[in-house]
Amino acid sequence: MGDTIWQSMQKKGYSRRDFLQFCSAAAVMAGLGKSGAAQVVSAFEKKEKPAVVWMHFQECTCCSESFIRASHPIVADALLDVLSLNYTETLMAASGFQAEKSLNDTIANNKGKYIVLVEGAVPTKDDGVYCMVGGKTAESILQTVAADAAAIVAWGSCASNGCVQAAKPNPTGATPIYKLVDKPVINVPGCPPIADVMMSVVTHLLVLGQVPELDNQGRPKEFYGRRVHDTCYRRANYDAGLFVEAWDDEGARKGYCLYKMGCKGPVTYNACSVVKWNEGTSYPIQSGHNCIGCSEAGFWDNGPFYKHLTSFPGFGVESTADTIGTAVGVATIAGVAAHAVVTNIRKRSVIAEVHAEDQKEL
Amino acid sequence: MATRVVVDPVTRIEGHLRIEAVVENGVITDAFSAGTMVRGLEKILIGRDPRDAWAITERVCGVCTTVHALASVRSVEDALGISVPPTAELIRNIMLTTQYVQDHVIHFYHLHALDWVDIVNALKADPKKAADLAQSFSKWDKNTASYFSEVQDKIKAFAASGMGIFANGYWGHPAYKLPPEANLIAVAHYLDALQWQKEIVKVHAVFGGKNPHPNYLVGGVPCSINVNEVAAINMERLDLVGRLISQADEFVNEVYIPDLLTVASFYKDWAKYGGGLSNYLCYGEFPTKGFSHPEAFKYARGAVLNRDLSTVLPVNPRDQQEIKEYIAHSWYTYDGGNDVGLHPWAGETQIKYAGPKPPFESLEGFDKYSFLKTPRWKENPMEVGPLARLLVSYAAGHADVKDTVGMVLGKLGVPVGALFSTLGRTAARGIDAALAMIWLKEFYGELMDRVKNNDVSTFNGEMWEPKSWPADAEGVGLVEAPRGALAHWIKIHNGAIDNYQLVVPTTWNGSPRDAKNQRSSFESALIGTPVANLEQPVEIIRTIHSFDPCLACAVHLYDPQGRHLHQISFE
Repeated sequence: MGDTIWQSMQKKGYSRRDFLQFCSAAAVMAGLGKSGAAQVVSAFEKKEKPAVVWMHFQECTCCSESFIRASHPIVADALLDVLSLNYTETLMAASGFQAEKSLNDTIANNKGKYIVLVEGAVPTKDDGVYCMVGGKTAESILQTVAADAAAIVAWGSCASNGCVQAAKPNPTGATPIYKLVDKPVINVPGCPPIADVMMSVVTHLLVLGQVPELDNQGRPKEFYGRRVHDTCYRRANYDAGLFVEAWDDEGARKGYCLYKMGCKGPVTYNACSVVKWNEGTSYPIQSGHNCIGCSEAGFWDNGPFYKHLTSFPGFGVESTADTIGTAVGVATIAGVAAHAVVTNIRKRSVIAEVHAEDQKEL
Repeated sequence: MATRVVVDPVTRIEGHLRIEAVVENGVITDAFSAGTMVRGLEKILIGRDPRDAWAITERVCGVCTTVHALASVRSVEDALGISVPPTAELIRNIMLTTQYVQDHVIHFYHLHALDWVDIVNALKADPKKAADLAQSFSKWDKNTASYFSEVQDKIKAFAASGMGIFANGYWGHPAYKLPPEANLIAVAHYLDALQWQKEIVKVHAVFGGKNPHPNYLVGGVPCSINVNEVAAINMERLDLVGRLISQADEFVNEVYIPDLLTVASFYKDWAKYGGGLSNYLCYGEFPTKGFSHPEAFKYARGAVLNRDLSTVLPVNPRDQQEIKEYIAHSWYTYDGGNDVGLHPWAGETQIKYAGPKPPFESLEGFDKYSFLKTPRWKENPMEVGPLARLLVSYAAGHADVKDTVGMVLGKLGVPVGALFSTLGRTAARGIDAALAMIWLKEFYGELMDRVKNNDVSTFNGEMWEPKSWPADAEGVGLVEAPRGALAHWIKIHNGAIDNYQLVVPTTWNGSPRDAKNQRSSFESALIGTPVANLEQPVEIIRTIHSFDPCLACAVHLYDPQGRHLHQISFE
């Protein structure tokens, strides 16, 4: 029998206090709130470390890089141990044919119990010759690893929806994982996904021992249930009709809404404006660039990044991807413009004040 | 007897890499480097808005994130004649120097160190002696006996539970030469570096919104500066960057460089191996007076041939006779035939796989063996990377580069010639990081001066609108990425990308032979490298890792009849 997570952390030299802090961080990240810490403590004390393998296919390793940026140090540190990460080409120290043995043993000894994390899309054109590892095609490796997996997580947009290599004309037939395996896949899109979101998806599986609630695209609702636009701190500027009109103009220097610069926040379901990036340091809009929609399927082909959306469905913050379907920047022309006009009228006095202030400054 | 050693995969570069080496009497006599993954990004770029290309090409690599974005915006700016405001240029310099520092530290500790550091042996260390040793060369305040003892306990627990990610290394191999205390110090700092790397990249998050893959913009940078606004780059943001830079400065100078020097001092025999090519190429980097003034770059642009450090040859990436790509041994076709070389503006990307049908065990006997094309400068194979950068600037007489190189070589007690080796390449990366750190502080100081003077324009919008562009334009964007010379060549027609070609550092270093059968860097550097134990080829790993291909590899060994002997994986 393997160690429980608590036993293993004890062996690594963590104190009970560290352990409890880790548990409450994990509870918050798993969406259980601070009161959920007791549940986590109990789970970690009893639960054996699940075996995990991390596969790499058509990718750029940004998902791995993002993963190691996770916020709470003890989480980042402990997960390497907590998880029994038995195979990852990126992080494993060594082991010769032992590495492949390690992969094979994990599969053989944990049938139906191990977790597969996949980074990258799989090319299917021309018998799969466009991605070969150890002389085998990515597709054949995927099928072997997926066959007896308890859960499969597709890290990032490559594994979730194909991402950049699947953009038109998709020269290599790059294909997302869920289209290739006959079992459910948890899609965690984004290019890359936010580190803390990745860690929490793992924690969720681990702590609750169950797959998080998913939307109709297989994404955890926990993190992909809200549009970036609805939770954006610049949303008030949008409602007030205050927009950046050109890069580094007065509006840009005041942090106005980037909608007119092509922001895809209104059609992008992700947690960027809530969880933020790099330990809450920022997110694209906060640093002045429009959202390019990197967690949405086919985002590379959804029009140039600097062309503003002509319309997007739904204005209420209660809209989710499930209720309105995959939002894409096409639909009718009128929508946003009308919304902007209406809010402009509503906020006319505010706008007038702002303009007056601008005049004064000039 | 000859044994063919297959190393596959080499990951974490733009594609998966495979090395096949022929070992005879304990020495490598031939080697083949093969890229086994292709995504066709150059084809995907055609027809798109050139202002979007940075985002697409940034996805070439998430390890050396930002560098392709920068090469791309520079290529469009070159094509359209856009000059970037000095404040934006400084922010770009800050982001790139940050990337150098982060990338090199990660490489040293997490990708390369375990080729030289024996984790298991660290269990034999006396923590008190380790603290004395560490304190003798560093002021890092974590270097205490109690801290090292704590780390040792963690390793013990790890060893008891099967070593986790450190399982099955070549621990105990006679090629490991460090005393237990030095091993323990390095392992402790391996863990510290893992913690620290997520801090320094916050500089990218401040200016680019996120890391990996921060945002860039043709004509400047997307962030605006306004010290009277909470929703812009203000004093809080700049102070955060300042703190992160100080923290990085301490880590590089009190942890990374001292550890590098300590490790290197036990492996001076590796100054004899892995020299490889004798030609070095650097595009120059860190503009101080605008990108059109390479004479004012921190790193000089130029080429050194035959290790002749008395002469720096001029390099012109726009000259169609200088840089050409060949496909004689690559899985591509050219309209003009198999043996011609094409300048990237005239480049073609017609993928045509011509290797064995997978699953396969060896590429032996296949004339074409890689998805990488083979770039040449004036028909010469060139090494690129930190070593090439240092040598070109050293030869060009850049004082700060010469001083730092001299300081490090002096501490190691080795001559300049020692740089032409596996050890030299690894040491050069540390020197490169130390220089980047000096310049990062300088760029930050200059940025603060500009903010003080309210000289804060971060965008030149004169040519933002495609209607202001000529019907046809062509440009080249050059960057010295952490791993070496990187360039994007773009052709624009009626506002859309007409052709786009990338020649990346690993294409220079890891490409197959050219039409004249000249080897590139990886293949050359492996020749002459000794391999004591075919089942634990740590020597191959050391030389390949010295180029920083960021790899985790499985090594497959074959006997002369092609029978599978063994396979070994390493990181």
